[in-house]
Amino acid sequence: MTPKAAIRAEAERLHAAFVAAGAVPVEADILLPAETLLDLYGEDIRARAYTTHDPLRGEMMLRPDFTVPVVQAHMSHGAEPARYCYLGEVFRKQDRISDRASEYLQVGFEVFDRTAPEAADAEVFALFQAMLADLALRPATGDIGILMSAVRGLDTTPRRRAALLRHIWRPKRFRALLDRFAGRAPIPAARARLLERLAKGTPEALIAEAGTFVGLRSADEIAARAVALLEDAGAKPISAPEAAMLYDLLTLEAPAAAALLHLRGITPMLPAIAPAVDRFAARLEALSARGVDVSALPFEASHGRTSLEYYDGFVFSFHAADAGLPPVASGGRYDALTAVLGQGASIPAVGGVIRPGLVARLRGLS
Amino acid sequence: MIKIGVPSKGRLMEQTFAWFGARGLAMRRTGAEREYSGAVDGIDGVELVLLAASEVPRELEAGRIDLGVTGTDLVREELADWGRVVAEVAPLGFGQADLILAVPSVWVDVDTLDDLDAAAAAFRAAHGFRLRIATKYHRLVRDFLTENGVADYQLVDSLGATEGTVKNLTAEAIADITSSGETLRANHLKILSDGLILRSEAMLFRARASQADLGPLMARLGL
Repeated sequence: MTPKAAIRAEAERLHAAFVAAGAVPVEADILLPAETLLDLYGEDIRARAYTTHDPLRGEMMLRPDFTVPVVQAHMSHGAEPARYCYLGEVFRKQDRISDRASEYLQVGFEVFDRTAPEAADAEVFALFQAMLADLALRPATGDIGILMSAVRGLDTTPRRRAALLRHIWRPKRFRALLDRFAGRAPIPAARARLLERLAKGTPEALIAEAGTFVGLRSADEIAARAVALLEDAGAKPISAPEAAMLYDLLTLEAPAAAALLHLRGITPMLPAIAPAVDRFAARLEALSARGVDVSALPFEASHGRTSLEYYDGFVFSFHAADAGLPPVASGGRYDALTAVLGQGASIPAVGGVIRPGLVARLRGLS
Repeated sequence: MIKIGVPSKGRLMEQTFAWFGARGLAMRRTGAEREYSGAVDGIDGVELVLLAASEVPRELEAGRIDLGVTGTDLVREELADWGRVVAEVAPLGFGQADLILAVPSVWVDVDTLDDLDAAAAAFRAAHGFRLRIATKYHRLVRDFLTENGVADYQLVDSLGATEGTVKNLTAEAIADITSSGETLRANHLKILSDGLILRSEAMLFRARASQADLGPLMARLGL
């Protein structure tokens, strides 16, 4: 076990480096209103965050990360552009018996800047890489924006595009939907029976037949979805070449410079990704300008697609050789999150966190 | 001394007593009718602890009992990483019940988890809050829905009469234990075709942390 004092000292060194890089230190509450977090992450957050009850403010959660309070503070009274850093505890419930900490320090750096998002991406990544250079960590990068733009450009119904986008962070669900929309998976028997029933009568008649009406979900809502299901059953599958391109994109793993060449190669078949690929290219240029070797930098198009995430563009992480350890650092771009929290306003944002406990442990080993 | 935790009342207690009785261990309640104390005849060094079935998982985890009889649903719901804390010794052949997800029968557009997920997204857009699922099995239901990629729902706590929450407009769907499905039908609900979360039954559990020598007792039970 690394002594707590050594971890705190490491955290303060990292924090000072962020300040030296131009960030303004910010503080955040530890007790956060549960409602905001639940709205963002859904019920899954309950498995990860400690929930408690305040007699006056209702359900509260112990800060599971800094992003939400930092974005909220910036949206309510921040000047632009802004660079922030922070240092403090975060709390994560562990559902399995292991040596993973349920309370640990995080040090973070966030950039809110409208002018040149790719330059900001490169600034954050290069800063993290330089600060952790002595630890020989393995970097991983990705770009969820490319996948999202590919889905938005699919030649299929708006409903199918929306369903895929809604599940972009749930790879298993996304894959099942894509298989179905592309006609690669057979229609499940239960769905086939449902369609058969729906085709036999009007939704109104079927609802009346089904018995006593209970619940808040109205007959109109039920009928609307029944109609949508029948429409969807009649929609033509996503074309085989287009689907093949999307499967290719989901599994793309290559050094960043080679990945760019590959993406340029498939852009004529998936023209909707062109702007996202241009942004990827601009980011690689900005990274090169900061001395990052993009011919060796690992890139995976699906990196960062896990639940409880909110990244919608560039994503990155740094890993120790011991695969049992969580990432030493991770981050990415989360423009959409600022729109959700900003009540109408939004600002491009990118940032990341370092776990000083792991840094101290790795430095202690060497 | 080996301590066995057993449900303190009702059919579950009677069937547990009968199961041990058939193997030569006579369990009985002692003292006044309302007093929760018991005894085991036919073997030395075994103490009977009468508990609510819902308390058995925690008592096993705490190490206050070495063996315990309860439902698999309660162990998986109450104990994080349950397989590391307790071991399943023997299914007892009774107490079968299914933890299932059910929605109103009039939801003619919803038959699977896939439908529930799509309905939940539309419901949230229309009503401004996430579709409510009433249950007392928070861990099991949440894990199941996460595993199956269902989003835009919220769990609301229901400790009793869960089937009534939909009619009372405090939930849109429910997750609860059912054996015959009669209560569901009476409350105008139907089970999703892939909505089976867990097949539960009464089980004899062993606390992994237990230091007691269970050998002779296990031999008597034919285990």
